[in-house]
Order: sequence, then structure tokens, then C-alpha cells
Amino acid sequence: MQLGKQAGLKLSDAPLRNVFGDALLDLAKSNPKVVVLDGDLGNSTKAEYVRNEFPERFFNIGIAESNLVGVGAGLAGAGFYPFIVSFSSFLLCNAYDQIRLAVAMSEIDATIIGSHGGITLGKDGPTQMGIEDLALMGGLPTFTIIVPSDPATMHAAVKAAPDIKGPVFIRSSRVPMPFIYPMEDTPFEVGKANVVREGTDLTIIGCGMMVSAGLDAAAVLAEEGIEARVLDLHTIRPMDIGAIAAAASETGAIVCAEEHLLQGGMGSNVARVVAEENPVPMRFVGLKDVYVESGDPWDLLKKYNLTADDIVAAGREVVKAKKAA
Amino acid sequence: MKSTATKSYDELREQARQLRLDVLEMTTKAGSGHPSSSWSPVEVVTALYFGGMLRYRPDEPWWPERDRFIMSKGHAAPLLYAALSHAGYFEREELWRLRDVGSPVQGHPIQGMMPGVEATTGSLGQGLSLGLGHVLGGRLAGKNYRVYVLLGDGECEAGQIWEAAMAAAHFKAGNLVAILDYNKFQETGPISREIALEPLVDKWKSFGWNVHEVNGHDIEEVLSTLQLVKQLEATGQPQIIIAHTIKGKGVSFVEADFTFHGRALNAEQAELAREELDATR
Ligand SMILES: Cc1ncc(C[n+]2csc(CCOP(=O)(O)OP(=O)(O)O)c2C)c(N)n1
Ligand SMILES: [Mg+2]
Repeated sequence: MQLGKQAGLKLSDAPLRNVFGDALLDLAKSNPKVVVLDGDLGNSTKAEYVRNEFPERFFNIGIAESNLVGVGAGLAGAGFYPFIVSFSSFLLCNAYDQIRLAVAMSEIDATIIGSHGGITLGKDGPTQMGIEDLALMGGLPTFTIIVPSDPATMHAAVKAAPDIKGPVFIRSSRVPMPFIYPMEDTPFEVGKANVVREGTDLTIIGCGMMVSAGLDAAAVLAEEGIEARVLDLHTIRPMDIGAIAAAASETGAIVCAEEHLLQGGMGSNVARVVAEENPVPMRFVGLKDVYVESGDPWDLLKKYNLTADDIVAAGREVVKAKKAA
Repeated sequence: MKSTATKSYDELREQARQLRLDVLEMTTKAGSGHPSSSWSPVEVVTALYFGGMLRYRPDEPWWPERDRFIMSKGHAAPLLYAALSHAGYFEREELWRLRDVGSPVQGHPIQGMMPGVEATTGSLGQGLSLGLGHVLGGRLAGKNYRVYVLLGDGECEAGQIWEAAMAAAHFKAGNLVAILDYNKFQETGPISREIALEPLVDKWKSFGWNVHEVNGHDIEEVLSTLQLVKQLEATGQPQIIIAHTIKGKGVSFVEADFTFHGRALNAEQAELAREELDATR
């Protein structure tokens, strides 16, 4: 299985984490206020790109995530713009209260990078996977929450972060993503979802890698005469209510897809908006109350029903439900 | 009951070599994992499981009286699994399923998923607290088992380790034995470059622990220190053995290159490693 293949997308050579490293380095070059805080994972998250060029603005705080967040918040208070980078699992789960007080409630300008989000880190297994990160971020009201879906939007998100008022969360990933957008003049506006494919029969709403999977699914559904709109909901908060309401009213059926637990993730937030704005049949592709074991990422996606095929099946079902309604 | 078996030092050294080989095969086959982190504490784990230190029953893995071994540096899971299989907890064939979809032999240990796996670890810093809980529970239940916790040196950057250290001294956990795999490296580099740990002995002492230092690859020294620590249990002071080790021990080119952290050897490197490990037989 190759992500984006059925949709005719070109897969990036570089894993998204490397793209993140490049984007962070670009930003550090142009913005001297940017400082980077690492939890002894810079080699994995690729935050080390900054270490190599700007060692004085790079701090490895060690295997100590609570301290990492606190020190980062202090640097923000001292007038710098911190990028606090680690695995989303260790960072959010270990340092939640520090993030809650020093970052979220204090509404500081800072970005938290949750690397290795989802299950596609694969073989290291459930202790390292970030399958609850979006739900945890959801519990922190002041955060802007961004899940880039391709190399171009990762670059755009990292570049945009320091201009966003208040704290920002960006999810990064261990696997390569296909190119959905051009690298130059990327259409990316925080809080504004992108329609990446037009369609009238249903809307597939995804974030992260599930946008490409959604495009693959749309290509398959088109062969059956079902035309799916695909919406890249790269910003989970603030949520683009207009785009979701339009999806509901114009296509009448919605499939949400995310590499995350169904509880508290993107889909459950979309459902709340749909319920209020214009209730239509919905289906959800995501992790159903499980911890996912170690394994090859693509095998795991298949086993836990996070593939284009699963979106196709959900699409067929939701269209049927729409007709029956 | 395996634990009473007494082996000669030569036999123990051979046992250690076998564990290193198994770690190599497991991680190379899986194409990922942490061989270098698994190789540094091999003699410590060998002494515990095969040197008559731990009291355990492979056919009754959750025997309430068992001594506890908690692999707090969970990324050394391959070593834990190899030791458990050699100790008779499960078939050696299971080892070759490390990190496969559907396999209980997880990338990091999950409590109870394989017999003998005492704790879920992999997010660093958590094992010493669990160990103290087992100590307090054993005391309450009137049992006299001992609790051993294997810590990484980088792992000691985590605040929870020191929270547990303080509490263990407070609760006079004389039967709590921490073993620190002091291999001088963490993930991104030498500990001394990343976060200074020294003076390590003084730190543990000041937290109320009795500190022992050993050459972690000298099985005789490790064993005699483990014996000594047993005798000191009645003092009520928690005991820590700082085991000076070499990350990647046994395979020269891994010892020499810390960027092997978290990387499996490829087929070619594995062949060289096998030759080196065989040469030490
Ligand atoms: C809480 C937490 N943060 C970060 C990591 C990522 N990580 C895995 S191993 C490792 C380095 C561990 O160093 P050390 O404790 O010295 O063990 P060694 O590999 O040297 O045996 C890091 C940072 C983790 N597993 N858990
Ligand atoms: Mg170490």
C-alpha cells in the first residue's frame, strides 16, 4: 500500500519529521528569537538540524519533559519564541500540568511539537505512540491545534506559528507523506480548512495522513460513481465551522478519518459542529478504544482499519444512509 | 525451580554471550530496536536471573513470593525477553516475533503480556516508583521478596526517579535495589555533554541511599555486590549499585558509535557482530 497512489499523488522522499526539521531550521535562520528545546530526541524528531547550525539556541533538557516545558515557558517569558519538541506521547502525557499552567493558561507565545503522532511510528509500540494527543490538546482551551497533511503544509505551519497569538501545537510524524499542495504559494491559512477535491455526494474530512488516504478513497469511490469532496482540516482548533457546515449542507453526508483515537479526536469535534449546524449522516474512521501493538506501520494501519479502503467502505455506507434518510 | 541452580562463572559468561547473540538476532530480524542499550546491562541481568539471585518460578510466573525485576529502561526489552525465555518462562521461538504485528513480544515491555514481564515501561523514569510500590505491598502482605529495578543513566534525568528515591529512603525500603546501567550515553549523545549527572554517587547518598559501584561487565563483582546488598537489607536503607558499563558492549563498532542508539544492525553488520561474539566464546 502506498499512500496517495490511487489519487495520483507523488510521495515525498523525506519523512514528515525531516520536513519538520528543515522547516524549523529555515525559521531559526530568519527569526533570531526562535529557540529550540529538546527532550533527548533531537535525532528522532529532527530538531537536531537546528542544533547543528545554531547550538547556542538549542537546549537539550534531557529525559525530563516536565522540566522541558517549564524551561521553555520561562524562555518565552524572557522574550524568546520557544519550540518545545519531543514525541507527542512523552511530552503531553508527562508534562500535561506544566503545559496546562505555564503554557495554556498563561497564554504564552510558544509552539509544542508532538512528533511521532499516531500509530505509524510502528515497531516501538504503544508506549511510544501518540494516539491520544489531539484529545489531550483539546483539553487545553487556548491552544491552536494543527495537524499538517503534507510537506508543504508542515513548512507553512511551522512558519506561521510565531505569528499566531498564544500557544500552538503542531503534530509531526515519522512516515513520509505525499505532496498534496505545491511547496511554493501553499494555500495555508490557520483555521481555514482546504477543499482538496470537489464532490457532491459526501465529504471526507481528514487531518494528517488521512487526507491523502481520503483522496485515495475518493478516487476509488469515483469509479463507482460516487463523488466525494475531501476537506483537509489541518487546523483542529479554531475549527472551520463554515467549511464543515457547507460540507453538511452541500453534500449531505460526512466521513471523518484520523490517525487517532475516536474519543476526543478530530471527528468527535466535527460531529459536535455538524450536530449543531446541520445534522447529516456521519461515519468515523479512527482507533476504536484500543492500544495498538508494535508492528510495521502499514500492517498496523490495515489491521486497525485506517486505510483508504476503510474510508471507501465508510463512504459507501454513509451515502446509503443519506439516501435512506 | 530454576533459581537455585548454581552455575560457574564461566557458565554465566557463556550465558551472557548467548543473551547478547539473541538480542542481536531479535533486533536484526525485527529491523529495529535497541541492541546497544540491551547489551550494556547483560551481565547484570545474567547475574540476577542465572546467578541464583532472583527467586522465581517460570511455571508460576506470578508466584506471589517471587522477587521482582523491573526493567525501567524499557527500550532494553529485547534483553528482558531473551533472559525470560532462557529462564524458562516461554519458548525461545517467541523471541523471533519481536515487534511483529499481533505478537505479544512488544517493542517495549507491557505488563503481563508475556509471562514474567512485571511492568509496562518505555516512557522513561517510571520503574523505581513501581518498585517502591511492590516493596510497600510486600511489607503489608507480610512477604519477604526483594525488588530489583534496572535504570538507565540518561533515565536518571527524569524527576520521577528522584521523587521515588526520596520516598524510598523515607519508607526505609531496604529490600529495594536499584541497579544503574551507567553506560555514559543517552540517545542523542554522551551524558556529560547533554545533562551533567555527576556527582552521581553523592546525589544518591544525599537522597539516603547506600551506594555501591561495580564494573558492570565483571560477573563476579556484580554477583558479590548483589550478595552484599542482600545482607544489608535489614539496615532499611535502599541500595543502589552503580554498574559502570559500555553501551553496545561486545560489539566493537557499536561500542565506538553512540549513534547506534535505537538502531538495529543490518545483515552485514550482524554478521560481523556474530563473529565478534563468537570469538569471545
Ligand atoms: C519519557 C521519555 N522520554 C524520552 C524517551 C526517548 N528515549 C528512549 S531511550 C532514550 C535514551 C535513554 O538513555 P539511557 O537511560 O542512558 O539508556 P541507554 O540507552 O543508554 O541504555 C530516550 C531519550 C523515552 N523513552 N521516554
Ligand atoms: Mg545510558
